Amino acid sequence: MSELAPERFLPLPTRLLRFGLGLAVIVLLQQFVLPGINPYFARILILAEINVILAVSLNLINGFAGQFSLGHAGFMAIGGYVSAAFAVSAGPAVLAVLGASPEAPGPAPSFIVLCLGLILGALVAAITGLLIGIPTLRLKGDYLAIATLGFGEIIRVVIQNTEAVGGARGFINIPTYAGFFAVTLFMVLTLAVHWNLVHSRHGRALLAVREDEIAAEAMGVPTTRYKVLAFSIGAAFAGVGGSLFAHYNGGLHPNTFTFLKSIEVVIMVVLGGMGSITGSILAALLLTAMPELLRPIKEYRMVIYSLLLIVLMITRPQGIFGLGEFDPARLLWWRRARGAR
Amino acid sequence: MQGKPDQRNARGLTTALAGVAVLLAPLGCAKQVQEIKVGEYSSLTGDKATFGISTHNGIQMALDELNAAGGIGGVQVRLITEDDQGKPEEAATAVQKLVSQDQVVAVLGEVASSNSLQGAPICQKNGVPMITPASTNEKVTQQGDYIFRVCFIDPFQGTVMAKFAAQSLNLKRVGILRDARSDYSIGLANSFKETFASLGGEISGDEAYQQGDVDFKGPLTALIATGPEALFVPGYYTEVGLIARQVRELGFTGPLLGGDGWDSPKLVEIGGEAMNGHYFSNHYTEQDPSPVIQGFIQKYKAKYNQVPDAMGALSYDAARVLFAALQQVQAASPEEWKGLLATGAAKPEARRAAMAALRDRIAATSSFPGVTGAITLDEQRNARKPAVVLSIKEGKYAFVEQIAP
Repeated sequence: MSELAPERFLPLPTRLLRFGLGLAVIVLLQQFVLPGINPYFARILILAEINVILAVSLNLINGFAGQFSLGHAGFMAIGGYVSAAFAVSAGPAVLAVLGASPEAPGPAPSFIVLCLGLILGALVAAITGLLIGIPTLRLKGDYLAIATLGFGEIIRVVIQNTEAVGGARGFINIPTYAGFFAVTLFMVLTLAVHWNLVHSRHGRALLAVREDEIAAEAMGVPTTRYKVLAFSIGAAFAGVGGSLFAHYNGGLHPNTFTFLKSIEVVIMVVLGGMGSITGSILAALLLTAMPELLRPIKEYRMVIYSLLLIVLMITRPQGIFGLGEFDPARLLWWRRARGAR
Repeated sequence: MQGKPDQRNARGLTTALAGVAVLLAPLGCAKQVQEIKVGEYSSLTGDKATFGISTHNGIQMALDELNAAGGIGGVQVRLITEDDQGKPEEAATAVQKLVSQDQVVAVLGEVASSNSLQGAPICQKNGVPMITPASTNEKVTQQGDYIFRVCFIDPFQGTVMAKFAAQSLNLKRVGILRDARSDYSIGLANSFKETFASLGGEISGDEAYQQGDVDFKGPLTALIATGPEALFVPGYYTEVGLIARQVRELGFTGPLLGGDGWDSPKLVEIGGEAMNGHYFSNHYTEQDPSPVIQGFIQKYKAKYNQVPDAMGALSYDAARVLFAALQQVQAASPEEWKGLLATGAAKPEARRAAMAALRDRIAATSSFPGVTGAITLDEQRNARKPAVVLSIKEGKYAFVEQIAP
């Protein structure tokens, strides 16, 4: 960790310039590259980006704060259903205020509705995270895992029995406001927030909690507060991922959010390395693409998929990147030579 | 960074990836043979795998028969099957792959309405006709004019049972006990009520329970007090089994009537003796003596060594409705046929127009001789076709009659 000092105190114009450049790249990709890509690959790419958001936010809870949560699908479902319900019920009114027609809103008005719903979904997920976190984070290890698992199931069953959002039939005809641009933008924002958080004073406090709770407490770190903080932030970003999924997929179904979905995200975190953001990114991309690449072998693809997981875990039990981060620049010869000097 | 363990790990990883590459290599070769590509998405793995496998068997059988008979105008049909693990979001991905990667001309699937509802919008958006063999929820075909089904919709079974009660059993007064929490049950109960009244019958009472209840004596006592000759209970087998026991305990001797939600071996397990003498509607039964059905059962048994269930029969029909439409396109218009054969980005407009023509041919399906009855597609792209009524005797189902719409 220590080799990557956060770049602090950059002047504001430089930051704005970087942000603008990044935005321009996404817009250019959306305008010129995406239309040429097969929609199937585009779908896998966008789902992979959503999985990156989920994996990185769970890594904050499981990897950095060291609290083993199995309830991520529940928070994702909350974010997805809240923002979808918002877009369906309040969306037309918002669009009318913006002067856009509900049938064919332009990219800007639909993006605004998406953002409003997404913020609402993330907020509700964060508040739920807070409410769940305060009592359950007193539990440790296996107990916490089981409590969060139970929570995730409760969310799913509640949705299944709520007729207003489609119940067991599924929530269909959600406006598809999230495309490559929105998903990529929010993925980058998620990464920026998490990267900065774990490299800040608060991030160090989280690491201290993970490494030794008693020692951290003795050093004056309010451990409960930090655990709940990490849990709520992780939940909020799971909500972001959920609402992007809802508005990209155009439909939600309670069966998507079983505990298997939580396990899937946990696998991404563990495979990438608990406490490695770049590891989570790589694992999320890999694990989303792999089942699709394995489609030609039909029914056996899940066997091969699981086999690859086992092989990876045996050869690298600490995850692909372990605790460290992957620095692309390190691949370059000059950088390595300079590091050796 | 140059430590030994890292090297060893890298080698292990490379070996694993190379293994996958070797596995995938032979499947990557492109064929240049002319063929028509048809897609299927089913739950071949996961908790609904029995549905998916039956569906796949039915489609595969129809396909093998077609290709053995020379395909369509000498062109072989190729089926591309994708597994969706019974998960809604996987269903969407599978359909997206079939439509944009494989460029199929039509899609068959899914069984579960919730999965079909995820796949249908993608087919509709890309102008690819989709036929679902067994999704009975009304909303599926409401997704657009490219979405069809070869099974009847939920409310139709209410109509069937009303006709059966009024005309075959000559009943005058029937009570209804519905599951207030299920769309399915409400749909059946309402259509039963309407049809039974129009046939001159009288609904003596209409009570409700909720899925998960175990004591039904309250609503049952109220219903029996209204003096019905029979009760219509369009619920699922778990509750129906208990209802049947409790209604007999209350001294009611008339029959219970229901829909395909009853169809489970568990029904007789739960209801026991009390299930005898009741009737329910279903899509198909292997006991139907008609030669079409018996012939199909023999062929299916010879191929897969098991008796086809409703899914196998419905998917066989779905595939054959599609193949019939393809044959019509081939016979009627060489230009549109060429459009269906064209793959790649060569002529997307021609392809789209050809698929629209295929859509029109499917929509015009009328009195198609299916295994599950004569299939006619109406303006809502739902099948109008007969249902079968089964009775329960000594814990076994017995075919009673087929009722036309």
